[in-house]
Amino acid sequence: MPERRYFETVGIALGEEMERDESVFILGEDVGLIGGTFRATEGLMAEYGSQRVRDTPIAEAAIVGLAIGAAMAGMRPVAELMTLNFGIVAMDQIVNHASKARYMFGGGVRLPMVIRAPGGGGTQKAAQHSHSIESWFMNTPGIRVVIPSTPYDLKGLLKTAIRSDDPVLFIEHEMLYNTRGEVPDDDYLLPFGVADVKRPGRDVTIVAWSKMVHEALRAAEMLGDEGIEAEVIDPRTLDPLDIDTILMSVARTRRAVIAEEGWRNVGVGAELAARIQEHLFYDLDAPVQRVAAADVPTPYAKNLEKLALPDARDIVEAVLKITL
Amino acid sequence: MALPAADQIKMYRTMVLIRRFEQGVAEAYADGFIGGFTHLYIGQEAVATGAILSLNHDDYAVGTYRVHGHALARGTPARSLMAELYGRTDGVCKGKGGSMHFFDAEHYFLGGYGIVGGHLPIGVGAALACQMRGEDRVVMVFFGDGASNQGVFHEALNMAKLWDLPVVFVCENNLYGIGTDVRISSSFDQIHKKAQGYGMPGHVVNGMDVIAVREACDEVVRYVRHGSGPVLLEARCYRYQGHSMTDAGKYRSVAETELWKKRDPIPRLAKSMLEQGTVDQARLDAIDAEANETVQDAMSFAEQSPPPSPEALWQDVFVENDHA
Ligand SMILES: Cc1ncc(C[n+]2csc(CCOP(=O)(O)OP(=O)(O)O)c2C)c(N)n1
Ligand SMILES: [Mg+2]
Repeated sequence: MPERRYFETVGIALGEEMERDESVFILGEDVGLIGGTFRATEGLMAEYGSQRVRDTPIAEAAIVGLAIGAAMAGMRPVAELMTLNFGIVAMDQIVNHASKARYMFGGGVRLPMVIRAPGGGGTQKAAQHSHSIESWFMNTPGIRVVIPSTPYDLKGLLKTAIRSDDPVLFIEHEMLYNTRGEVPDDDYLLPFGVADVKRPGRDVTIVAWSKMVHEALRAAEMLGDEGIEAEVIDPRTLDPLDIDTILMSVARTRRAVIAEEGWRNVGVGAELAARIQEHLFYDLDAPVQRVAAADVPTPYAKNLEKLALPDARDIVEAVLKITL
Repeated sequence: MALPAADQIKMYRTMVLIRRFEQGVAEAYADGFIGGFTHLYIGQEAVATGAILSLNHDDYAVGTYRVHGHALARGTPARSLMAELYGRTDGVCKGKGGSMHFFDAEHYFLGGYGIVGGHLPIGVGAALACQMRGEDRVVMVFFGDGASNQGVFHEALNMAKLWDLPVVFVCENNLYGIGTDVRISSSFDQIHKKAQGYGMPGHVVNGMDVIAVREACDEVVRYVRHGSGPVLLEARCYRYQGHSMTDAGKYRSVAETELWKKRDPIPRLAKSMLEQGTVDQARLDAIDAEANETVQDAMSFAEQSPPPSPEALWQDVFVENDHA
């Protein structure tokens, strides 16, 4: 199987879907001539032309709004937000419009649209450019939230997202773009709502997604040296959420740690911890642990940023707290 | 009526300081002292210099993420800015903000912001406060050509004119928003004429000529301070480096870049002052040496300033530190 980088895989999936379906088109800032800030759409304008790969002005609310309108009128737009931080400018379109239309209109409309956006921090981009805010959208009914951690998952999930008739927020991670992994050339789809066990283990379940999967795997390595076998589960999609796979794992290991890059307060971890205790209260050997970002705006200074954002060491610490 | 010699020399000194400062920043970035997003102002020095030196010391200025030059022109010491870039405690934001987020209340500088267009209404709000208190202050808001396509630009202009607030909108039209040419992102690239849509005066000025910028701003600031309402000033200019330290700027032709380098505002002012006998070459050399010294001093100061303490992570989320 060929090795691909995460950013390349985005372009491959988009290209395959554009080839397959004429109604798929891309719009966003610097997606065409430049090929995307993170090179994700490189070569697509040359291949499919400036009608189907559209450079837009800096106008996120309108980019998402236009995608909604085009989807209503029968196209399959893939809107790129240069980063998820700028998606905050488009919150009204995402939350008030995209997520509401189908239900509000009594099922009378379909919105086959994808909003792609990289999120995450870790390179000193400071408070306004370091958001991991998947929880905001998971908290919003009516929009799917997909958040792949590997090139393999990315390709299969992005193709599913494009073929989905519902609006999908597809969150990539800035620090994963240069990571590599095996990606088949075939036209494969990965279903939403199916978690993937990234590493089996019997002593503790670590639930993580996006870049935190890699931190969790590093943590599992370190824990392995101490004789603790951690199972790492990547839900891959937060809406729909494959809670069953998580519950089955925790029922076996009797211990759970949720690791996310976003803020701890009312984060995804809070929801997962609640669900785990609702179902498995009497099976747990220890309270569910949450590893997350410090509840402060992300600071610029390198040492403070490192303290603010969670990493493998924090996960190890959380696991040791409930296994020793 | 020519500008007094002292004013011309001050503008020259400011532009040279900005240029040398930015060259120092590029060096420190390459050496790993500075991280994150770092946007240089080289080439555009005449705009911040001419515009800001037309303000009173207690007028407000607000800027974008490309903000080093504006803060220097406003009078923030190079030491505090460089220490901020190094992420150190003596930084103007204690190392929390970094390159994009300078803020200096002492010099009436209301901040650098990273979300394109996001700061425009903030400037309008400061002007509202000045008007409500009956102060005769003006607020100067800097932004790029790209920002003029954000919805919030239009919201801000409308309200500023609706209430005749004392705002000078300075659009630094450097022809590009990252890799996107203004001609492919704006339906109408005469940005100053967009003022007409709000019943506001709009002017255009050669942003590579500091004297022209200064004279235009002197007049505009007088008009705005008099209570006649806001003005939009478009300064046509060019950045000589890439959009940020990680952008090579390959979307611009060498011929175009070379053409604009011939319009460099610093030699232009030098030549005119020499021709008029305002200064001799020795004086110019001394100004350059002094700027170099200031920047070298700022860099060693920054290097010696300690990184923030771990406790700083939790400080300044709120005024009252009831957090965490
Ligand atoms: C809302 C938002 N969208 C996108 C970006 C990414 N971005 C940063 S600067 C920039 C270009 C802005 O161009 P312009 O306003 O002309 O300013 P310049 O950089 O040329 O000074 C873009 C797209 C951002 N920071 N904020
Ligand atoms: Mg620009």
